[in-house]
Amino acid sequence: MKREIFKFLALVVIVAVLPAVFKGGYLMNVLVFVGINSMLAVALNLLLGYAGQISLGQAGFFGLGAYLSGVLTTTYGIDPWLGMIIAAAAVGCIAFLIGFPVLKLKGHYLAMATLGLGIIMYIVFNEAVSSTGGPSGLSGIPNLSVQGYVFDNDVKNYYLIWCATLLIILLSLNLVHSRIGRALRSIHDSEVAARVMGVNARLLKVQIFTLSACISSLAGSFYAHTMSFIAPASFGFNFSVELVTMVIIGGLASIYGSLLGAVLLTLLPELLRAFQDYDIIIYGLLLIVMTMFMPGGLVKGIPAFFSFVRRRLPGGTANNA
Amino acid sequence: MVFSEQLAQYLVSGVTTGAIYALIGIGFAIIYNSSEIINFAQGEFVMLGGMFTLFFLNVLKIPLPLAIVLAVLSSTFIGVLFERLAIRPLKKPTPLGLVIITIGGSILIRGVAMLVWDKDTHSLPAFTGSEPIAVAGATILPQHLWIISLTILSIVLNKLFFQYSIIGKAMRACASNRRAAGLVGIDVKKMVLFSFIISSALGSLAGIIVAPLTMTSYDVGIMLGLKGFCAAIIGGMSGGLATVLGGILLGTLESLGAGLISSGYKDAIAFIILLLILFVRPQGLFKKADTERV
Amino acid sequence: MLEIQGITQRFGGVTALEDVSFSIRANEITGVIGPNGAGKTTLFNIISGIYRQTSGTIIFNGKDVSGLPPEQLALRGMVRTFQNVELFTQMTVMENTMVGLHTRSRSGIFSCMLKTPGNRAEEQHIRERALHWLEYTGIADLADMQAGNLAFGKGRMLEIARAMALEPRIILMDEPAAGLNNRETGELASLIRKIRDSGVTVVLVEHDMDLVMDVCDSILVLNLGRWLAEGTPREIQENQAVIAAYLGEG
Repeated sequence: MKREIFKFLALVVIVAVLPAVFKGGYLMNVLVFVGINSMLAVALNLLLGYAGQISLGQAGFFGLGAYLSGVLTTTYGIDPWLGMIIAAAAVGCIAFLIGFPVLKLKGHYLAMATLGLGIIMYIVFNEAVSSTGGPSGLSGIPNLSVQGYVFDNDVKNYYLIWCATLLIILLSLNLVHSRIGRALRSIHDSEVAARVMGVNARLLKVQIFTLSACISSLAGSFYAHTMSFIAPASFGFNFSVELVTMVIIGGLASIYGSLLGAVLLTLLPELLRAFQDYDIIIYGLLLIVMTMFMPGGLVKGIPAFFSFVRRRLPGGTANNA
Repeated sequence: MVFSEQLAQYLVSGVTTGAIYALIGIGFAIIYNSSEIINFAQGEFVMLGGMFTLFFLNVLKIPLPLAIVLAVLSSTFIGVLFERLAIRPLKKPTPLGLVIITIGGSILIRGVAMLVWDKDTHSLPAFTGSEPIAVAGATILPQHLWIISLTILSIVLNKLFFQYSIIGKAMRACASNRRAAGLVGIDVKKMVLFSFIISSALGSLAGIIVAPLTMTSYDVGIMLGLKGFCAAIIGGMSGGLATVLGGILLGTLESLGAGLISSGYKDAIAFIILLLILFVRPQGLFKKADTERV
Repeated sequence: MLEIQGITQRFGGVTALEDVSFSIRANEITGVIGPNGAGKTTLFNIISGIYRQTSGTIIFNGKDVSGLPPEQLALRGMVRTFQNVELFTQMTVMENTMVGLHTRSRSGIFSCMLKTPGNRAEEQHIRERALHWLEYTGIADLADMQAGNLAFGKGRMLEIARAMALEPRIILMDEPAAGLNNRETGELASLIRKIRDSGVTVVLVEHDMDLVMDVCDSILVLNLGRWLAEGTPREIQENQAVIAAYLGEG
């Protein structure tokens, strides 16, 4: 328990000092996205890594949050914070209702159904032109502000987004180390045994799907208010796959793993700027290679790798010495 | 135009796109039945079919009929590679792992296609001219006839293969009970490979025959693949007639929906049907479907 | 305690159970035996809510529980173990047992996320109780081991610890001795008696006749999906129909 607290505090310190290191340069903007993607990856991991239920439609809930916030604030002039809450509540209701039939499905069928859901939402973002602006997007979304203090540059947004991200990470850590977290993992391992132990698997899956959608919606709202402009292209199937990739790379059922996955996959395209178009190939390769050789993700794979190397090195606890 | 003529037109285009969906859907079903894998990369073979044909035709200046054959062979080869490199080595295949691997394969193939060729949309020439034929008030293009006849031909061949050839029979045995098939000495892994061969061949053929009508580019695979899957789901994952009916039903509903309701939401129709079927009748629309898998 | 009334189960054209009725008395160990294919496991799956019977009624504690799902039965105090040991392999031994306390705790998603004082106290309680049940079954020293790495016999014990953590009124054990060596079977027998003596009703499906005759207070015999006999171990051992059924098999 002590170690958990220490780890989280270390993360808080790193997040706090990063702007000083980068002196508010261009990278601050990237780090804002890292924060948003971290929220999304953590949300997906609760569902995918802990409960073992895949969703290929997370980008849809992310987009729904962004568009609801965008439309509520621009068209209806609602306060951004209030809009964010309304959006998350609405997305939560939708996810809860659709969750019952969707999560009855398993494996490949679940993947296809969530994929279908995501694409339907994407089509709506494109086609409901009168409210979303269609493919050309929705602009003029106001920045968030507190008591007249407006979050209108990268550094301010960085702190805002990362406060939210850290909060979500903390709450998720609490959740996964609780009876609910154990119940989720038990469903993942053996649904029938979990039910025999009194875990209402069906309801719990829907609840976690709903929670995951709500967090994604919040991330969407933050995205809309920091970018001021949103377009459907950010919320398509590719982004859903990217989120799954983050979770897999970092490690299923590891909150910090998702954070690591989000950091890597958000920074990677920036580092590979020279070969812009290669990123899609790299995602594909990463998914295949990780699933084949490191199904536990980096958080499990790296320590395993080091202990493997240590065993092979002369003088270690070698079995071939 | 008179309403009935309009309707006839929608039906023509609905049935032809439906035929395409059916070919792709049968590919999904064949792989699923032999291995319980839903191959998310199925759509990419559709894309490869079109793009390879273009490549052979325009870059290597090979005549169209030969280019088509070569394109089917090349896509099938990629299908074999995919099965060999990504599916077979998997030690502990879980549904989740397989979903992720085939998605990975799908975007990898798409990405490589984008790099090797380009991001543009290309058109393939119609097989035999584009002089429209007027039938019962609807305008039919020669390509429509090509699509329908080639689809029928490949479905019949497919059926004959599964009915009479040794490999086809072995694959059917795998579909009905994989363990039992393994016990009587059928090489189940080989059957999975064969299912990938047939599926990628059917998929690429679909991609080739539809390209003259709808154009092709590196990213056409996603939508076509998903709609093929939808056809297979309507057909209860049957490798035969039920999926064909599913494809035609889907194509027709889409084309009617696009014409009578809204063209923008056309793509949503397939997914709404997909969700409804999965929720309400996961065994497919036609009850008998279960008895005639593969 | 548990009344089975006229249970029939058909799978397609096959009748796995035909009009089986019997009753299980509280605070006893009841054995369900029969040759292979007698329908013992099917009967267990029906009682524990995993299958839905074609017809018939199950009365548990005076209430009709026919067709209730396993999670509802757990809340009413019924739990089971599995023939092939269904552990949560990715979780530790301790965590497995803590899942057994799911019905004995009630923190919701939000109080878990916020780690409210109530949730903390409950978590502490869960941990203490889980440790108690690990000590009860003699595997407390393995608490931090991943369940998937346990030896088979220890896995059995963990499954029983997890089930007991529910503090059930009745525990159904599906072939608990399968795969155990002699020493482990001996330990199992005394554990089963200890469970009964603590006031929990035990029902066993078991192939190991020595164990059944040793621990059971009464026995039900099924044959080819039908009720064949019931009685004390001594009565069953002398029952001609039972002997004939077993001889007929082998």
